[in-house]
Amino acid sequence: MNQLHILGRRLWIFSVWSLVAFFIVNLLAMIATVITSSTATRWLRSWLPDAYTFKWYLSAWSEFQLDDVLVTTFQVVFAVVALSGLFGVPAAYAMARRDFPGKNIVMLLFLLPMLVPPVTFGIPLATVLYKTGLGGTMAGVVLANLVPTVPFVILVMIPFIEQIDPKIESAARVFGASTFQLFWRILLPLLLPGMLAALLLVLVRTIAMFELTFLTAGPTSQTLVVALYYAVFAAGVRAVQSIDAMAVIYMAITVIWLIIALRFVNPAQIVTRAKQQPSAH
Amino acid sequence: MDHKHQTGLKVRLAARGLDGVTLLVIPSVMLMIGLFIYPFFYGLWLSFNPKEGSFLANYARFFADPFLYETINKTLWIAMPATLINILFAVPVAFRVRLMQNQRWLTTLLVLPITLGTVLVAEGMLNYLGPQGWFNRTIMLLGLTAGPVKLVHNYWGVMLSLIITGFPFTFLLILSYVTGIDPALENAGKTLGARATSRFRHIFLPLLIPGLAITFCLSFVQAFSVFPSAVLLGAPAGPTRVISIAAYQAAFEEYDYSMASAIAMIMGFVQLGIVVAILSVRGLFYRGPAVGGKG
Amino acid sequence: MSTDHSAFRSLRLEQVGRVFGAHNALKNLNLEIQRGEFVALLGPSGCGKSTALNCIAGLLTTSSGSIWLDDRRIDVLDAEERGFGMVFQNYALFPHMSVRQNIGFGLKMRDVPSAEIAKRVDQALATVRLESQADKLPGQLSGGQQQRVAIARAIVIEPPLVLMDEPLSNLDAKLRLEMRQEIRRIHAGLGSVTIYVTHDQDEALSLADRIVVLRDGEIRQVGTPEDLYMRPAKLDVADFMGFRNRINGRVAQQSGDQVVLDIGGVHVQGQARETITGPTAVASLRPDDLVAVAANEAGAFSALVEAIEYRGRDFFGSARLPDQTEVFFRSHHRLNAGEPVHLMADKSKLLIFNQEA
Repeated sequence: MNQLHILGRRLWIFSVWSLVAFFIVNLLAMIATVITSSTATRWLRSWLPDAYTFKWYLSAWSEFQLDDVLVTTFQVVFAVVALSGLFGVPAAYAMARRDFPGKNIVMLLFLLPMLVPPVTFGIPLATVLYKTGLGGTMAGVVLANLVPTVPFVILVMIPFIEQIDPKIESAARVFGASTFQLFWRILLPLLLPGMLAALLLVLVRTIAMFELTFLTAGPTSQTLVVALYYAVFAAGVRAVQSIDAMAVIYMAITVIWLIIALRFVNPAQIVTRAKQQPSAH
Repeated sequence: MDHKHQTGLKVRLAARGLDGVTLLVIPSVMLMIGLFIYPFFYGLWLSFNPKEGSFLANYARFFADPFLYETINKTLWIAMPATLINILFAVPVAFRVRLMQNQRWLTTLLVLPITLGTVLVAEGMLNYLGPQGWFNRTIMLLGLTAGPVKLVHNYWGVMLSLIITGFPFTFLLILSYVTGIDPALENAGKTLGARATSRFRHIFLPLLIPGLAITFCLSFVQAFSVFPSAVLLGAPAGPTRVISIAAYQAAFEEYDYSMASAIAMIMGFVQLGIVVAILSVRGLFYRGPAVGGKG
Repeated sequence: MSTDHSAFRSLRLEQVGRVFGAHNALKNLNLEIQRGEFVALLGPSGCGKSTALNCIAGLLTTSSGSIWLDDRRIDVLDAEERGFGMVFQNYALFPHMSVRQNIGFGLKMRDVPSAEIAKRVDQALATVRLESQADKLPGQLSGGQQQRVAIARAIVIEPPLVLMDEPLSNLDAKLRLEMRQEIRRIHAGLGSVTIYVTHDQDEALSLADRIVVLRDGEIRQVGTPEDLYMRPAKLDVADFMGFRNRINGRVAQQSGDQVVLDIGGVHVQGQARETITGPTAVASLRPDDLVAVAANEAGAFSALVEAIEYRGRDFFGSARLPDQTEVFFRSHHRLNAGEPVHLMADKSKLLIFNQEA
């Protein structure tokens, strides 16, 4: 009776881990395919390419105007990061420190854009942007991307600020600190780690944010991920290797920023949407 | 006299939580209202102001044209199974992982598909799962099939991509719920003679159901809005013509923003309807903290 | 499920050890407990008492050694199969089940018929006096009530062993005193073994038949409450039991277990609890057994008062000896800080130990 149980348990554990391994192996193989393809001269009917080359990267660079696209991407991403911080951190501070009438409604207002998927609110948003002339411009793209990121910053920062004892601020006041000194010497240093974490996460998420940019961008305001989409979409016209080269460039950028972000953040926080416990890092 | 009155007002406001600091919320609130609330109401209004016809013309057209109303079915037919599969797999994996000391490597690997995004996953799958790709080659080599299995440009491609990008999210959410259950409860179960399956059935499952309901809602809503995978990996004119494609086409191919708004509204309401249904069932279960007592 | 335990005679731990990575939490524990005993595992935090309890329960595996119930080896069994009742520090009541369902859970797991379950649950509810709360959820009960449900849940399965892990530490002082009596009463009614983990000396002294004092994973002393209170066998045990004074002195004379120490010129005599090696030793004494006396009494040593506190019946003071050792004493009169004072030790209560390495 006992033996059967032990066997059953071991079998179960084995199957669960096999599932995880299967997932990860396929994931990594998928990524490897893209990388291999991007460096292949020709790769049609064999396990591995005939020969390897870097020429596709050069051709992708010019074909897809990657220099412009990359510049645009970074402009958009950094604008989004800066603005979400500027809007979000003070708002988070107010939400964490004050209990005012209507606070629940305001909280709901910040929660909704995280719960509603981008396509659902993206179409009406794009409509409004086009009607006001911001559609297709970089400003429009930045504004659209702010919708999920500002609440994200707020939701990440609120528990962080709540952890800072308000008595520290009172103590600073008692010792004669002006509001500016309070902010600059006390609050900012304490908030910096949390802000860094939140803004790095915003950066990673915005690079990968497809739907909102896709719906609001014009030909000169596309980010890399949107350009990649169009390239894949028109796959019949371009060489697969070229598209894959672009994909690798995109992957490299995303992964580099992911690694940087992970130095400061728990991986699970990247997916913070709604109610999550503040992670113990 | 005047001065005293003014100070009195400031103090009274502060007692209710309204002072200079509270005003810091205003810019973000205005941003959300302008970019989220207002577009929603504008879209709602616009949907009732079609290019031609009565105020219900858009909706009438949607439900009259099978090419349009069938998108709801097709999207549900993709989103529901994907979400259920993700949850079904995520639960046992979460139960195993919660016992691990160092979870960081695993979570980093699993977060990769989310970070890379749906577009890259789609391109990767086109390469990897294509008829000449490594996946098909491997299963043919192992003798599992005679010829390549068609996994791209069809329903299965989209389904698989939803699982790849959705599973990590579902898993992380469920893991957080599972670790939120007081471990002493499992220990109490053990000392009372409950084996692993009994512990799951009587202790864990009832306490997890509220969390599972929320996870289902969030994952389903995400899956229901599938877009780039449906186009790149699916058959966007046929079985994987999802509702977001219909909305996009109305907006950017027909330039009919009114119709596009109507479709977006319908999309939103279907999602809302299912979420409300799930949450009301959740309300029937114990929803309190999953701890065993004070202390 | 498992065999009938009602006829068991003893629980034995043989050379039980438990290692956590580099940390040795339990070192070769040897202990035998007879049926009917109430044994307390006492010690400061980190001493290994909870680890030992969890090993007995089966919630932790032993790294070495074995645990026996009579002649059955039980450390190879899972916790589910041991059939012991356990009361947890934070009660661990299933929050989604009513009190009745919580208590009946163990019986349900043993496939006891529901009529029988109902009967035994009612009995258990009567034992802990919670009949009126039977259908409430744990969240609706007070701390003391939750504690009683936890106890009822552990005893309803009529286990040979009831394990309690600091069950009263989350209750307020008054409730703790009440619950102590309840626990003692329930134990007497059951006639099985209770193993009770606590860091509270008073609790152990009032509840236990025998106390096991642990420190750093080792048993320092096992004895009745009186043994431990009056005659601690080691310096750290004495310290733990309230012998706050540790005064160093030169060994002047030894005869049998009576030792005379020279403390700053004054000779004090006490009972040695271990063989005194070395030229110096430590005199250990409770503050209440060191009294401030008149200047000219023989055998008193001098010190300088640091602080004095009014206790109603007398005063509690702290002072410094010439070698700067801090001592605590009792005084019938108020003294002033900085004043010299003469302290007389009650030689029948003074214990002598070797100095710690």
